[in-house]
Amino acid sequence: MTGVPDRHPHDVLVIGAGGAGLRAAIAAAEAGADVGLVCKSLLGKAHTVMAEGGVAASLRNADDRDSWQTHFRDTMVGGKLLNNPRMAQLHAQEAPDRVNELEAWGAVFDRTRDGRILQRPFGGHSFPRLAHVGDRTGLEMIRTLQDRAVAAGIKVYMECTVTHLLTWTDRVRGAFGYWRTSGEPVVFAAKAIVLATGGIGRAFEVTSNSWELSGDGQALAYLAGAELIDMEFVQFHPTGMVWPPGVRGLLVTEAVRGEGGILRNRDGERFMWRYLPEDRRNEYAATDEEASRWVEALSAGRQTDARRPPELSTRDNVARAIYTEVKEGRGSPHGGVFLDISYLPAETVRRKLPSMYDQFKDLADVDITAGPMEVGPTTHYMMGGIRVDPETGATTRAGLFAAGEVAGGMHGANRLGGNSLSDLLVFGRRTGEAAAAEAAGQDEVPQVDPVQIRAAMDDLAAPFGSDPGDDPHRLHEELQATMQSLVGIFRTEADLHEAIGRLAGLHARWPSVRVSGGRTYNPGWGLVFELRNMLIVAEAVARSARQRTESRGAHSRIDYPDISPAWGRKNSVVRREGEKMKVTSSPLPSMPDDLRQLITSE
Amino acid sequence: MKPPGTAALGFGATSRRDSWIRFPSLVGIGLAAFVVYSLFSAFLWGPLFGVGYEADGYLSPFFSPLLGVGILPAWLSPAILILWIPLGFRTTCYAFRRAYYRSYFADPPACAVGEPRAHRRYAMEARFPFILQNSHRIFLYLQFIPLTFLWIDAILALHPGSTWRLGLGNVILFTDLILLTGFSLSCNSLRHFAGGNLDCFSCTARTRARHSVWKRVTDLNGHHIGLAAWSLLGVATADLYIRLLAAGVFIDPSIRL
Amino acid sequence: MPLVHLNVFRGTPQTEGGYVGYDVPVEEGMVVLDALHWIQANEAPDLAVRWNCKAAKCGSCGCEINGKPSLACKTRMSDFGPDEAITVEPLRTFPLVRDLVTDVSWNYEVNKRITPFTPPTDGDQADWRWQQEDIERVQEFRKCIECFLCQDVCHVLRNHETDRPFVGPRFLVRTAGLEMHPIDQADRTADLKDGGVGYCNITKCCTEVCPEHIRITDNAIIPLKERVADRYYDPIQIAWRKIRGGRSGTGGGSRAGESLPVLPGGSSTGSPPSDGAGS
Repeated sequence: MTGVPDRHPHDVLVIGAGGAGLRAAIAAAEAGADVGLVCKSLLGKAHTVMAEGGVAASLRNADDRDSWQTHFRDTMVGGKLLNNPRMAQLHAQEAPDRVNELEAWGAVFDRTRDGRILQRPFGGHSFPRLAHVGDRTGLEMIRTLQDRAVAAGIKVYMECTVTHLLTWTDRVRGAFGYWRTSGEPVVFAAKAIVLATGGIGRAFEVTSNSWELSGDGQALAYLAGAELIDMEFVQFHPTGMVWPPGVRGLLVTEAVRGEGGILRNRDGERFMWRYLPEDRRNEYAATDEEASRWVEALSAGRQTDARRPPELSTRDNVARAIYTEVKEGRGSPHGGVFLDISYLPAETVRRKLPSMYDQFKDLADVDITAGPMEVGPTTHYMMGGIRVDPETGATTRAGLFAAGEVAGGMHGANRLGGNSLSDLLVFGRRTGEAAAAEAAGQDEVPQVDPVQIRAAMDDLAAPFGSDPGDDPHRLHEELQATMQSLVGIFRTEADLHEAIGRLAGLHARWPSVRVSGGRTYNPGWGLVFELRNMLIVAEAVARSARQRTESRGAHSRIDYPDISPAWGRKNSVVRREGEKMKVTSSPLPSMPDDLRQLITSE
Repeated sequence: MKPPGTAALGFGATSRRDSWIRFPSLVGIGLAAFVVYSLFSAFLWGPLFGVGYEADGYLSPFFSPLLGVGILPAWLSPAILILWIPLGFRTTCYAFRRAYYRSYFADPPACAVGEPRAHRRYAMEARFPFILQNSHRIFLYLQFIPLTFLWIDAILALHPGSTWRLGLGNVILFTDLILLTGFSLSCNSLRHFAGGNLDCFSCTARTRARHSVWKRVTDLNGHHIGLAAWSLLGVATADLYIRLLAAGVFIDPSIRL
Repeated sequence: MPLVHLNVFRGTPQTEGGYVGYDVPVEEGMVVLDALHWIQANEAPDLAVRWNCKAAKCGSCGCEINGKPSLACKTRMSDFGPDEAITVEPLRTFPLVRDLVTDVSWNYEVNKRITPFTPPTDGDQADWRWQQEDIERVQEFRKCIECFLCQDVCHVLRNHETDRPFVGPRFLVRTAGLEMHPIDQADRTADLKDGGVGYCNITKCCTEVCPEHIRITDNAIIPLKERVADRYYDPIQIAWRKIRGGRSGTGGGSRAGESLPVLPGGSSTGSPPSDGAGS
């Protein structure tokens, strides 16, 4: 382990091979760049495969009243107007092309009766808008993109973890990491780097995210000096599995509610009627009867005047409702609520939600065509992230780009279901193209700093030190418990203060974590560096949450229950100053009048 | 070339705990029993024991259609002229291939179980002789000839001489025929011709019609292995029943009009 | 809580390797992957096991449990008897990396040999129209989560060496998904003949282990064998093609005589086919 690590030069290095990373790599390769793609897992296993419900785009196949303008408005309203309006605009305008492009690359979406891509309704979307493949849309997308990337000859570095970004003068010029299969260090030199590492769910105890989502990109960018924004906005998906314990938090797709699923508490009450926000109540059905008419029209594939059921309220609202029901003692036996789709014909449920059917059958021994599921909120998505330029995905650090969940701004204070898959297509492509253009403007293969590489290699070796220290698994459990109990769905000043203190304590203990065994595929060793990243993003979440003294979207403060117009004009900003984390705010980007009118006109 | 793994080689090498050997053994014994019986019936029942293949207006399915009587030497069974078709059809059938590759070739004996030897240059159905399995479709076409005659003979058996009758023999023959017809109609090659060779089902009226046929064959195809086994038993039962009638062991229970 | 004894394979290519026993407390609803995680968290932090989603959607945690290729996240502890020891070992068809992790990179290499999706170059994509029934076969194949259990159990890959490369069930499934796509134009029949539908002797082990319940043998491999037979082994069809003038017939990309699923007239704003296809 004393030798010089292998060095791989590329024009563009993409870190992360989920939907955004793959789309960026394809775009960069098609723009003529030599692209390297690094991922922690095997290719095609990224968390995008878990996306179930669909990809939002105003294709107008299911309802021709839809348009990009409506999609833009829904996105902004869902994001409580904290979104970057330009990003939301580009997203709404380009999503249909990106979805059609997937079809041209071989994706096989479900069909309408006239033979076009079928779209299903989802929470917060005015019209059926989500192109889908049953409830395994993410798998279809990632396989399509994977095949396309392979055909484009992109070099893929699988099971390789990036632990450090390498800077030289004023730019990010490379990345350092290790092969998980051998533990050997590896160096990438690149003219432009795209971060597409996804979210931070693993910092919480109950999460729908896999082990990979440890805030790597956010932390790497932060350490390299880039800004993060809106880190307090963590989406808690309303419906995760609550039982059995091994799969607690595992996602139950919103498509269950999109297809007509009804939420009830222990007393059998359809409680969502009580939680609809007053100002949007007219968008939802008034009675059970109207809601069931809507479901019938959906099954029959025809348009209807009936309004959507209350279960299709935005995710932040449904998650708070379920949390409150459970907290007030009206929960199900395993601490959730009941989600029932079994009133539909069994055949329909199996055809529309095949993987949910299998998931409950295999993992919980529950037949969802015969009875209700038990569900509860689960940490799902990071709305905040690295601050990027809307057009190019450029971060505030030269040479560094970001796309997908790791980037912030697109979704504001709350993301609508289906918008993340379209987000990663639209901005994956834009960022890949911009990174290729940036690389084309750099003449030679960049220098990587041998001093930084040496220091990074020392960091890799540190956890094998012989002095006794903490077990990374214990530290991780403490971190998760802190975030779950103190920085969860409902927050208070006292809790956040307490959390920040505890996180500082964990941070101080981190340098002395020690692991046993060798470097070859040692998950404990890998956890050490992920833990560093999680500690950084956890602190950013807690500090941003403490700063924002209002309740907006996914961020709910018990001590500040109302929305604040002043905070509605500001993004939270996190940046590194020396060894300290600095949390401030910056004014929202201005919105052109034509876009503003789209939101205000009903 | 795939780099070598760590699977234990050698016959029966496995970490499986279930009695994996049971299924291939039973199938092997069952198939062998049928082959022995059918050879016995075709070549020995008559010549050796003097038991006829016809009785009471029933004709054994092994001998339908009855060809070559009087042309062939007496010691040579007329079954030989027709039996090669169903034999070829079954030998090249995907369901039977699976069965005998497992039971007789141990290639493999069961899933994730080691084989007698690792082939350095394995080629199986890509090389002679097993490449001949591709003739399955030819046997499928031919199979409909004896099948048609079987139906004719079975219907004729309802009207032996001058009266109509419904006997246990008729029931056995028709049951056998339904199984045999189901076996033929659930054939993977037939499924291919019905619509499996299309890429677009909805494009024209003709492809839409073929799609509905394909769907039915596909449903039947799901029972192909079962139909393969039961129809085998059906033929043997029908033959044995008629032989026993011919030998006068018992009388066919029947209703006559 | 009751304890269950797990024998887990530990080792590297360099060391001999062997089974290490762990007694794991079992809660209701627990799967084998949960037990492996318990071992990682409490007894052997360096136990190597590949996993991601824990929901049988990513196909990372394939291993052999009591000799049967399975996903650890989908195999419930309650499937075993109370006193039954559970043996967990890596996929045996691929080289060992460490413990339960194998080097499956060969699969990604053979995948590169498959001709990718090839839509028609002329015409407007906006005119593409096909029905749910046209893609149901393809959608079944695209459920594949690339867990490689079928590759692991396939005796051709597990026990034999072939003189020409055999892509294995996973990639025959992928090829079938491309060949049966209503608008794909590429012709992979020659590759299939060489790359080996002929090597498959339909033992159906791949179908037995598929966690996505894809009927690999019946719906992918046998139909491909039939398409190859159309082209190369069916004297009647070969003769018929000669008579008609050498057109490629079924199974290929050009599909003489079969129209493409596009709107007639090529007007992207046109109405759907008037005969209400496939309703």
